[in-house]
Amino acid sequence: MIPGISITEILLVTSILFFIGVYGFLTRTNLISILISVELILNASVINFVVINKYLFPDILQGVVYSIFIIAVAAAETALAVAIIFNLYKQISSVEVTETETLKF
Amino acid sequence: MEKFIFYGLALTMIGFAIASVTSRKMLRSVVYLLFVLIGIAGVYFMADYNFLAAIQLTVYAGGIIVLIIFSVLLVHHIDMEMEVPNKTKRILTALTCLAGLGVFASTIIAHPFKVVPNTITTTTGDIGMKLLSYDAGGFILPFEVISVLLLAAMIGAITIARSGKAPLDETEIFTPSPEQLPRELLEEPLEKEIAVSYKESTLLETIH
Repeated sequence: MIPGISITEILLVTSILFFIGVYGFLTRTNLISILISVELILNASVINFVVINKYLFPDILQGVVYSIFIIAVAAAETALAVAIIFNLYKQISSVEVTETETLKF
Repeated sequence: MEKFIFYGLALTMIGFAIASVTSRKMLRSVVYLLFVLIGIAGVYFMADYNFLAAIQLTVYAGGIIVLIIFSVLLVHHIDMEMEVPNKTKRILTALTCLAGLGVFASTIIAHPFKVVPNTITTTTGDIGMKLLSYDAGGFILPFEVISVLLLAAMIGAITIARSGKAPLDETEIFTPSPEQLPRELLEEPLEKEIAVSYKESTLLETIH
């Protein structure tokens, strides 16, 4: 545990980060900005895994291992999303959500 | 001392996250996200998980941010400002998010966490043994599955990024070949001079 800091404070900070990500996800109309918001949401959840592991169950490592898996999946997801955004830009010259009507391979 | 560091990190992260989701310049928004990710790595360092902090700095702050900046520079004009939705929608979304945050905060504050005091330092070797152990609670199967997933994502990304069609040129669209002329012109036996004049007029139109 981090000395002097309770688990409640850290969880509140990650909740705020999570809802900032949700706000960005709902208000942005650009695919890359939506990707940025998804990264915020994923990072907030990863901190939750790590902190709960550290504070409540310090002798097992499940939270750390799950965090590593989440980071790997996020990297794969970002690579695929960027590839799809490139393809879309080649076809319709725009990455706005409102103009995205075709997503055919 | 740790309290000050943590509050500094928390304020930095929240401030840059808000800036990242409200900035109208896209490249700045990505750079703000980079600061948020570095702050999260700082939280991992404070929690004594050095390996996770290193992963966060290399994979997120090194790899994913570079990938997003790359895509922004390829897709976007650098001085173009993003359009924002209208004010009603933004305020409604903010209110909904605040309500959800209230629910989360009340649940977290009301819940009695059974915090265990400990000073165990987790080494990288422990994480490696856990990831590759065959025993009960070992993670060898998800580890192998995630390697297959990364390979599949790599192949899929290359395939998707290569397969796009370039948009047609306008000159290509408006240059008629003989089979693109109207079908009745080719099939119906019209009188010859009318057909020729029709053909010439369409050709002239298309040239202009």
